[in-house]
Amino acid sequence: MDKPLTKNIDLARGPLDLAGYERAGGYQALRKALGSMSPQDVQQAVSDSNLRGRGGAGFPTGKKWSFVPMGPQAPRPKYLCVNADEMEPGAFKDRLLMENDPHLLLEGVILSAYAIEAQVAYIFLRKEYVLSARRLEQALGEAGQAGLVGKNILGGGFDLEIHLHTSAGRYICGEETGLLNSLEGKRANPRFKPPHPQVSGLWGKPTIINNVETLCCVPGIIANGAEWFGKLSRTADGGTKLYGVSGRVNRPGCWEMPMGSTIGEILDRAGGMKQGYRLRGLIPGGASTEFLTDQHTDAVMDFEGLGKYGSRMGTGTMVILDDRTCVVGMCHNLMKFFARESCGWCTPCRDGLPWVRDLLWALETGQGQAGDLDLLEMHTQQLGPGLTYCALAPGAMEPLIGALRHFRGDFQRHIDQKGCPWRR
Amino acid sequence: MLNETEKEEVARELERYPTRQAACIEALKIVQKRHGYVSDEHLAELAGLLGMTEDELDGVATFYSLIFRRPVGRHVILLCDSVSCYVMGYEDIYRHLRGGLGIEFGQTTADGRFTLLPAPCLGCCDRAPAMMIDDDLQLDLTGPKVDQILAQYQ
Repeated sequence: MDKPLTKNIDLARGPLDLAGYERAGGYQALRKALGSMSPQDVQQAVSDSNLRGRGGAGFPTGKKWSFVPMGPQAPRPKYLCVNADEMEPGAFKDRLLMENDPHLLLEGVILSAYAIEAQVAYIFLRKEYVLSARRLEQALGEAGQAGLVGKNILGGGFDLEIHLHTSAGRYICGEETGLLNSLEGKRANPRFKPPHPQVSGLWGKPTIINNVETLCCVPGIIANGAEWFGKLSRTADGGTKLYGVSGRVNRPGCWEMPMGSTIGEILDRAGGMKQGYRLRGLIPGGASTEFLTDQHTDAVMDFEGLGKYGSRMGTGTMVILDDRTCVVGMCHNLMKFFARESCGWCTPCRDGLPWVRDLLWALETGQGQAGDLDLLEMHTQQLGPGLTYCALAPGAMEPLIGALRHFRGDFQRHIDQKGCPWRR
Repeated sequence: MLNETEKEEVARELERYPTRQAACIEALKIVQKRHGYVSDEHLAELAGLLGMTEDELDGVATFYSLIFRRPVGRHVILLCDSVSCYVMGYEDIYRHLRGGLGIEFGQTTADGRFTLLPAPCLGCCDRAPAMMIDDDLQLDLTGPKVDQILAQYQ
């Protein structure tokens, strides 16, 4: 099968430089677009491809772009922001792309900026991704010298500045409006929507925020067509997907597979469970997705397939719950993360998450009481969608909802036995 | 006071954004690179350069977990305590670090060598448990491996 995201990746060799990337067919899609396609043509190809956002929410990329005001009357400058703030616990896919094929991301950025007629792009990269920063800077330097970035790109009359912005921590920067505030040099509190960033984003100008993996899909779509991209997938969502597995498996890692691969197939790539460990469950796509169980290995990993089990694909990088790990402890770890990373802007998240964390810790340490599971259930409602500015708290509740649904007996045992059966 | 190099670096950042304030996070990091943290004096000087009040800039500086407003050790350890590292036993690594260094999260060793901080997922879950020391990623941690790694940072 074609692997448009990872075909150039050879971990032992390191990333291709500009010459190598071009020899492998790189920047052909950009030449094609600037030579023979209008921005609307590029948008149409991406819409037709059924590319959906790889940051976790799965919003159709072409549709997102379609809300940007176009033409000479549109406010300017327009901005494209690359969400390279990968910090979802369990996610380690964008790092792979940025460290090992930085030119693929840059080509995706230039094409996508062309599609929305943006003049400036910011790559918003988390500070800890030091190697990604170095390799992107290197690639940006090469691209600038070759006339692929800057004024009058490839003589086609399109101008684009690309800046690498390295951040300074905080998970909330990955929330798209928090990211915009952070880029403006403010605290990364999310903004109320509407207005949506497509209309009023960075400094009030039309702005698109796309995930790294999403943008890396764009060169292939433009080079080979929407139909080709659709056929890479087994389902209605186009393309391939970077799936990952971490936890007690034989070969944890991240692989490009057809969109719509099953959980079982992905686990097979990971070599199955380590000897002495049994699969009990998993969070399928990062910390903000609902637990599934060992009964769900036939479930299809795409943006719709997990919905019927009450979960969702998220980032597509799963974390395994094995039989020697306590699900309550795992939930406590997740809530500790979310409570710490809450920006504190709105009350349900700021006050609710520490309460949930403390309830789970009480269960873990034998202080749990009869009504605690009801209290946890109550929080899953009161921190749910629509009651907070952004998706952090509702996302935090997803694994807890799944854990209470599938592993309620484990929670009850903590109360009945006055402590954690796994910690004894 | 900012030295000439730092001033030039801040000036370069200012060119990349349409407002002065937008360069503030990069500017704070430029100061921190040389001094390890951002002192009140540096904060005031930067605020002037960026057209912000000191309180505004401090509000930003204190929001971000990797901007330090207090002195830190010569090396900063960021130990990932997120879910994959939890499953793979980061708590044992934390216990080991606590025992070896005599400090908890948020503290600095008496000799000023290390500051230990928790970090959200470092994005290398396939090689958990993981930590960073300064700019270096350290993977597949075990107790003995941690001891060997720490010895490289004096």
